[in-house]
This record gives sequence, structure tokens and C-alpha cells, in this order.
Amino acid sequence: MTISAERTGYQVTPEDKKFIGWHIFVAIASLLVGSLFGPLQALEFSGLDLYQYIAPLLENYYQGLTIHGVLNALVWTTFFIVGFTYLTTVKGLGRSLATPRLNRFGFWTMVVGVFTTAVPLLIGEATVLFTFYPPLKASWAFYLGLTLVVVGSWIEGWGFILTFRAWRKDNPGVRSPFIAFAGVINTVMWQIATLGVAVLILTMLLPWSLGIIEATDPQLARTYFWFTGHPLVYFWLLPAYLSWYGMLPKQAGGKLFSDSLARLAFWLFLLLSIPVGFHHQFVDPGVPSGWKFIHAGLTYGVFFPSMLTAFTVIASLEYSAKQNGGKGVFGWMKALPWRDASVTAQLLAGILFFFGGIGGIVNASYNINTVIHNTTWVPGHFHLTVASAVTLSFMGISFWLVPHLTGKKLHSPKLALAQAWVWFVGMLIFSNAMHVLGLLGAPRRTPLGQAPYVPEEWSGHLLRVSIGGTILFISVLMYVYLMWKTMRGPKADPEDVPDIPVAESIRDPQLTPAWLDNFKPWMIATIALILIAYGPQLIDQIGNIQLNSPGISP
Amino acid sequence: MTDKPTQTKESMGVDPYERNWMIVSIFILVLFFGLVTAAGFALGIQVPDAEVRVDPQTLEDSGPFANPGLREIAPGEYEAYVISRQFLFQPRELVVPVGSTVTIYVTAPDVQHGFKIQNTNINMQIVPGQVSKLTYTFEEIGEFPYICTEYCGLGHAAMFGTVQVVEELEEEEEGGSDE
Repeated sequence: MTISAERTGYQVTPEDKKFIGWHIFVAIASLLVGSLFGPLQALEFSGLDLYQYIAPLLENYYQGLTIHGVLNALVWTTFFIVGFTYLTTVKGLGRSLATPRLNRFGFWTMVVGVFTTAVPLLIGEATVLFTFYPPLKASWAFYLGLTLVVVGSWIEGWGFILTFRAWRKDNPGVRSPFIAFAGVINTVMWQIATLGVAVLILTMLLPWSLGIIEATDPQLARTYFWFTGHPLVYFWLLPAYLSWYGMLPKQAGGKLFSDSLARLAFWLFLLLSIPVGFHHQFVDPGVPSGWKFIHAGLTYGVFFPSMLTAFTVIASLEYSAKQNGGKGVFGWMKALPWRDASVTAQLLAGILFFFGGIGGIVNASYNINTVIHNTTWVPGHFHLTVASAVTLSFMGISFWLVPHLTGKKLHSPKLALAQAWVWFVGMLIFSNAMHVLGLLGAPRRTPLGQAPYVPEEWSGHLLRVSIGGTILFISVLMYVYLMWKTMRGPKADPEDVPDIPVAESIRDPQLTPAWLDNFKPWMIATIALILIAYGPQLIDQIGNIQLNSPGISP
Repeated sequence: MTDKPTQTKESMGVDPYERNWMIVSIFILVLFFGLVTAAGFALGIQVPDAEVRVDPQTLEDSGPFANPGLREIAPGEYEAYVISRQFLFQPRELVVPVGSTVTIYVTAPDVQHGFKIQNTNINMQIVPGQVSKLTYTFEEIGEFPYICTEYCGLGHAAMFGTVQVVEELEEEEEGGSDE
């Protein structure tokens, strides 16, 4: 690894390292278990149904799919993000948390939540997929467990926010360190965004699953769900962006190109992540098309900070490469440290995300969305986003993070490099096939190996899904093996243990305008925009609530 | 792109390349949104709107969903009432003559489903308590499967029906078949 071993700035305390390490441990364990079902789904598409061999351990495709979604999309991400935000907060601010006991309480709340959710999932009492749309009914324990995971993440988030405020009080007029700033924005966004799913579970699903209320309003439930469901993807993505803006330039031997535009992008993500949920409901019956159209426009708005990110991240990389002898309009790319697995994983994640972003414009496009809604295009898309931009970046981050936390050396940098490339190749095959199938009309969430309406012309693409999915699974196994061997390896010479890469910006951050480092105006604007974009529909849908769908347990 | 000269005043410090990029980004955004708007309002390619609500527990007792199927409301114009339920569509087949304009109403008595007619612009989420509605003109003769695109339980993958677009209706096919 090219990461400099010299120790700069504040050193994270051993207690904090251990505690952060537990987050990462739970995250990786969840990724492993959740990924076991990936190839079962992918192989089913070619007619190879392995579920029949693991019955009665697991009963069917949908149960495996639910576990895959919950563990990979919700648990792996949330634990990694909370642990990573803990790190960026203490490292960025140069101080330990103001509230260590609060955060320990939050962490254990999340852990209890995961186990509470796992029990009904494993015994087949919660085969409702990771969107748990009522009136398909899961065990109360499933909803309670998810609530505890979210509440635990809130509590840990309060710790980050309070620590940030304490730092601010001690450092008036000083621009907040970027990595702490970015992590706290994501934390704040998450606190607001999860109100939707919190209201859904506490006022509808939990009382219903406990028999306190008889029935649900499935349309209102969808509106609540997608209030949270879209910002959820930005909650996953922003920590990866944090690394791309605030760490990757350092790893590539350079600096952040523009501190002010990096901050502007994060503010715009706070502002625009939430009031866009109806673009997941374009084909819903109970939402007026005018409101769908407004959300389509706002969703296009999120395209702007994404384009800012593309520019600033690539410009930072170009600057870094040219500092290290890179030349030419495109030739500088060769001067990037492609031998560094952590850098390469994140660069490949960024390339895959480019395709994800383009596909995302189709999803956002109101009527064009009709072509791909509820087809395999959608999981094809989010495997480029959450399963590549996010997951592959997190894998790349963990190549320095896990050695840093444990005081070990990365087990095999060469294997790590190979792992990232295997993921990249597997995902290109898998995701392309899923997108093509979606355009041909293949429904998502469906074991296509047994669906009677599948035409012959799909078979080549179905086979590519199976091949890509299998390659991805091999990559996950390589990753988990690497992390396990790193964790179990001998203590390394402190000189060989990677430090946390924190990129400086080219220009002194103190020159960044003060309004780009002030929560107040952005918070007011965020809440105002949510009230405008969601207020009338929430009043209408809640005012006309009809709890008349009693539902069925699958 | 090089190091900027030392500055002392607060500013955004936007690089000229960056400014151009931002202008291009906004242009692309406005262009795309304009095209989608044109397709939506000038060409009439619309998404489902909020329709009427029904009680999922009584919808089969009376009203149009008591008799799901196809009804001709004017020459070449049809209404189709479809119930999606675990794990079939009622009716399983809709037979229309080529060139027909069909307004399709779908709801569900049990759980959420999807209703997508392959190779058409008909793609709807089916939510108990709500009626999903879209209109489509079938210009080509052939079979158009309609499939369930939302997980609805263990038999989900088997759930589909077919629109038969035919040259001319035979007498017994009128109104489609219902099982």
C-alpha cells in the first residue's frame, strides 16, 4: 500500500478504535450471511433452484431474497456507515466523542435490533422482502427489530451531532474539518429521512402485527415508506462520497480540488434527498400525477450535486496524478496508484456508479420510468449504486480501515487488488444482464427460472445473471477471507500500519464562504422544501386514511 | 489546472472549467426535463393518476369489480375491469380487436400486486383499496402477456394473463373469458 505510515494530527484512541471495529465486524458478518443468498437467486434465473436442497433450513427463493436485502442493503450499510462516521467525526474534529456512553447504548440497541429481526427472518415469519409493503404481514419481531436498528442509529447520530456542536463552540469562526462536516450532514439527513418509516412502523405496522389494529392503509404505507426510501440511498452513498472527496485524493497523493464545492454538494444532498420520494411511486394509483411530476423535477435537481461530485472528484484525482508525474488529457489516469487496492476499489466503484447514474436518470424520468418500473432493471440499477458505488467503496475503505483499527497489516494487498477487479467484472456482467432483461419486461423479485411467461429470448441474459452473480459471490468470499486473515494476523510494526488518509484541499478551507459551513439556513430550507413537496399529500393521505386491508402472512 | 494564486478573501473559488461544467449540467437537466414534460403533456404519455378508492373487502359484492372482464363502451372502445389476487388475474384473458382503445381498471382484494402488459406502456402498481387506471390502444395483432410485477406471496412467479389482440372478434369471445 502506498498509504503513508507517518502519523499526522489527532490519533484515534484505542478504545474508540475497538468500538468502531465492532461496527465494522457486525457489518462484514452481515454482508457474508446476506451474500450467501445472492448466488442462490442468480442461479435460479438459469433454472438451477438450490433452495430445494437447503430446505427446510430455508424454505424458498423469497425468504432468501428477503434476508439478502435486509442484511446487505440495511444491516451491512448501516453498521459500516455508523462506525465510519464515528471515525470521521473523532478524527476530523480531533477529539473523542462528547457522549461515549450514549453511543455504546446506541450500538447495542442496533445489535439487539439485528438479532430481533433475524429470528423471524430465519424461521420464515417475515418473508416480506426488504420493503415490507403491507398488507403482506410479517411477525411483529421483524418490525420491532428494524425499529431498534433505526433508533440505535439515531442515538449514535446524536453523539456525532453533539460532539460536532461542542467542537464548534470551542472553535468559533473556524471552518469545520471536511470529513467531520460531511459525516454529520449525512447523520442529520438520516434523522429527518427516517421519520417516514418510523411513523409507518409505530403507527401502522407494529400495532397491526400485534393485533391492536385490524388492518392497514397500503397506499399511505407506501408514501411513508418512500419518504425514507429514497434518502436511504443517499445515506448509503454520502459516506462513499466523503471518502472520494475527503480521503481518496490523499491516497492518490494529492489534494481535494475544491473545498467550497464539496460542501455545496453535501448541502444540496441534504436539501434534495428527501422531497423526491414519489419518483418511486410513479406507477402508484393513489398519488396524483401532478405531485409525481413535481417530485420528478426535484429528482432531476439531485442530478446537479451528482454532476458537481463527478467534476470535483475527477479533478482532484487529475490534480493528484499530475503531482505525481501524470501527463495528458487522459494519460494522467495511468499515473494513479492502481496498485493500491484501496484506491483501485474506489475508482472501480466510481466507474460502475457512472453507469448507475445514467440509469438513474431513466428511473427519475416520470413517464420513461414506465418502461422499467418493477422490472429487473431496478435491482440492476441499485447493484451499481448500493452494491458497487457504496459496497465496493466500503470494501476499499476497509483495506486501510481494518488494518488501522486492529494495528495489523492488510493480509494480502495483491489478493485485495484482485478482489476489487473480480467484483468489477462480476458486476458488469450481472448488472448489464439485469438492465437488458428489465428493458425486455422481466419482472423484479421473481424467480424467473420457474415463471411460465418467460420467453426463450431471455435465456442468454438469464444465464449472464447467473454467471455475474456467481463471480460477485466469489469476490465477497475473497473479501471476507482477507478481512478475517487481517484481523487474525500478528500485530504489525506501527510503521507498517496505515494511517487514516485525510485529504487537504488545494485552497485553504478558511476561504470557503461561511454560509457553506452553517447548518441553520440549510436546515430551514430543507424543512421548508419537505413541507412544500410532501405537506399537501401527507395531509390528504393521512386525512383520508382507510384502514381496510387486513392482509395475509405469506 | 494548477494551484490557484494565494487568496485572502472568502469566495467560492470556482475554477473556469468547473463553472462551464455546472452550466452544461444545468442545461442537460433542463433539456431532459423539457423532453419528459413534452412526452407527458404534448404526446400524452402519462402515468397513473389518483383514481377512485374501493373497499378491498367488499369490492366483489357490487360495482364494476363484481363482474370483472371486458365491456365495449363505444365502437372500438373498451373498459376492462381486472382483479389481481393471489395468484391469478381475473379474467385471465382479454380478447380485443386490433385498433381497440382499452381503459384498464385494476385493483386487488388481498395484497399488493403489479400489472404490466409486456411491450406496451401499461405498467401499474396494484394497491388494495385503490383503483389503478391506464388507457392503451392496441395497434398490433398478437399476444401480450400481463404479468404480476410485485412480490405478492409464494405463488407470485406463476401469476399472469394474456391480452389477445385479434383481427376480428368471434361471437363467443366477446367480453373475454372469466374463470
